Order: sequence, then C-alpha cells, then structure tokens
Amino acid sequence: MRIQLTVNGERQEADVEPRLLLVHLLRDVLRLTGTHIGCDTTHCGACTVLLDGRPVKSCTLFAVQAQGREIMTVEGLAPDGGLHPLQEAFIAEHGLQCGYCTPGMLMTSYAFLARHPAPTEEEIRLAISGNLCRCTGYVNIVKAIQHAASRLRQGGS
Amino acid sequence: MIPAAFEYHAPRSVQEATALLARLGEEAKILSGGQSLIPLMKLRLASPGHLVDINGIPGLADIREADGWLRIGALVRESDLEESELIRTRYPLLHDASRVIADPLVRNLATVAGNLAHADPANDHPAAMLALGAEVVAVGPGGERRIPIAGFFTGPFATALRPDEILVEIRVPSPPPRSGGAYVKLERKVGDFATAAVAVQLALGPGGTCERAGIGLTNVGPTPIKAVEAEAALAGRRLDDATVQRAARLAAEASNPSDDLRGPAEYKRDMVRVLTGRALRKALERAGGGR
Repeated sequence: MRIQLTVNGERQEADVEPRLLLVHLLRDVLRLTGTHIGCDTTHCGACTVLLDGRPVKSCTLFAVQAQGREIMTVEGLAPDGGLHPLQEAFIAEHGLQCGYCTPGMLMTSYAFLARHPAPTEEEIRLAISGNLCRCTGYVNIVKAIQHAASRLRQGGS
Repeated sequence: MIPAAFEYHAPRSVQEATALLARLGEEAKILSGGQSLIPLMKLRLASPGHLVDINGIPGLADIREADGWLRIGALVRESDLEESELIRTRYPLLHDASRVIADPLVRNLATVAGNLAHADPANDHPAAMLALGAEVVAVGPGGERRIPIAGFFTGPFATALRPDEILVEIRVPSPPPRSGGAYVKLERKVGDFATAAVAVQLALGPGGTCERAGIGLTNVGPTPIKAVEAEAALAGRRLDDATVQRAARLAAEASNPSDDLRGPAEYKRDMVRVLTGRALRKALERAGGGR
C-alpha cells in the first residue's frame, strides 16, 4: 500500500505491506534509527514517537495507520544538528546510563512538557510511567525533566 | 516480532464498515486502538486475514452528556476520558479507571469501547460499566441495537456482538444527585493487569440510605463479575461499617479467581473483600454521605 505521512516536518511516501509496524517504517525504510526497539511487546516505551503530538508506542501501530498523520521522532527534536534543551538537561543531570530508553524518554517528556510546563515531581513520574529504564532508577531522569522544564519556561527554544 | 500478513481496509463510514464485516465474516477483526489486538498479532496468538480499521470513521470520538445519558463514542481514547472535565466531575469511577489502565502511552491509543469489546476479564472498563449499569450500542447491517452490559460478556474474550456488528457507542445512565463512584485497583506495577480490582457506583436517598449500588469485579473470574448479592445487601440501607463489611464479604464470595503469578486464589479473594470495602467508602464519601 502506498502511504503518505509527515515525519519531523518532512513529507514522506512509502510503499508498505499493511503488517509493517510504524517503528520498522521509521528505522528500516526511512533510516531514522534514533527510535529504538526495546521489548517489542508494548511494555517498555523505548520506541515512543509522537503521533499528531501525542506520545505512542511505535511498535504497536501499523505504518498504514499513520497515513496522513504527523510523526515526530527523536531526530526531530533539534533539526539544526544541535541539541534540544531537554537533551542538554539529560546530559547535565546524568539522566541516562546505557541510553537505550533515552529516545523514548525524550519524546514522552517533550510532549508532556508542552502540555504541563511546570509539573510536580509526581506528575513527571506518572507521565513517564510507560517508559522503562533499567539503569538509572529514574531519579536523574526526573531531575533532567525538571531541569528542562525550568529552562523551557525561561524561554529556551 | 512480525504479525502474519493481512489485508487492510479503512472504511469511511459505519455502514461501509459493517458491509465489509458482513462480507469478510470471521476472517475480519476490527482495528480501533489496537493496543490489545496488535500485541496478540505480533505474538501470532491472533492472525486475522483482514483488518477493518475504524479510526477514519468520523463522528465516533465524542464524549457527551444529554437526555440522561453519558455517551462515549467508539473512538474515545482512554486519555480522552482521563482528561475530560465532564468525566472527572460527574463520573469519578470512570476517571479513576482511566488513570490505571495500562500506561500513559498505551492510553493515548487504546479506546474505551475496545476495552469492552476485547472482553478480556482482566480489562478494567467491564467492571466499571457493570457497576454503572451501562449499555452498549451495536450497529450491524440490519440496523442498531442496544445491549445491556450485564448480558454483554458471554465468556472469556467473548461478547454478545455478532461478527458483522460494530460497537459504536457506550451509554451510561447519568447519575442522580448524591451519587458517587470509585475504582480501586491492586496492581504490581504500572501497566500490569489487576491482581484484583473493584468498581463501585452508589446513589443515596435524601436521608442518606443507599438507593442503588453497582459493584463490578476485575480479573477474578473467567469473565468480569457483577456482584449482585453484595449490591442487594446495600440497597435500602444506611451504609454503616457493618453493612459495608457484609457487602465486601459477599463480593469476595462472588469472585472466582485462579492461582497465577499475581497470587493464589485465596489471596485474591481476600483482596476483593478489602478493595470492595475501600471502594465503597470512597464512593460513599464522594456521594456526600461520608461521616
């Protein structure tokens, strides 16, 4: 099937089998390998991308369902090759160790902060409860999101 | 994991969708949120030959209250329910449930109607809808019919829906004054199915006696359970501690859990008792009848 969608602001077209999962379209067809496949069973959130602005698990959506929709992946956070304030905050607060969950964490927190610019710690923890991290114990991820929230409130892009 | 190949259909109206379902028969499955179906397909526990994607059908994504009914369209996502001011203020039982289903990412796609139509006894909305006395509106090639929720779940993963019917809407009777509800779920972690969970909806009379009680139980039997004896033990009474405890015991007796990794049956049955007590007290407080 021929599908058309927008990925990180660019119009894309692809000829796909209906059973192709969105994450495979992104990684294998469009070569956007920033989105990771973790558990592949709808648990871990490593494959999180934004579908029309809402974070979803791209391993649990067919590419054909993205027909006419807007997708944003981690590559879309800072299109000019720099880093987004969220990414800088993850570095500053050591919000990662192995980094496997990080693209998903970033996309979930990006969508979350857009709607909740001044969240409490509890709200942050609830918001990322669908994204699993096996290294950090989440403490520094929460700090990174708080750090980014305050920078974004002060007008960092 | 790659699902088996299937043919994809994206109808633009309910009529077009039911015509497709009628033509394709048992080979077809409806794709709405896909958060239960797609994992099953990836594990090859389901390999439908055709998917009928209803996400492009307009008019099915509304939450509205009119003429004594709350109407939840087939494409209302769990996150829509969670964020709805109407649900939070008027239907706290549904608000509670929407916050503990799966995880926030899954809730952005998963639909309330799919949670019912999938009929997994571990799903959360069946118990909530049993407590609320909801109805399901199904549309088939022959027209529309309403199915009371108490007769909807016919077995594990089985419902009263015919293969050519689509669940287009859930209708919940608007609560009378002095109503309150609560959903209390025991889960090992976010995203897990309930070890046990209990939904309660109460309506109190002007004197504070219970006029109507609905109690639904999650994941403690082969189907969602309506705890009718516990409900009857509350109706017409003041909800003092002894009455609440008696109803909680009756709800535990109505459950039929089995041993699994979440715990032995005896433990789960006792959790039904504990959770029923908690849900009743919370619902009572919300109904304005707490002391």
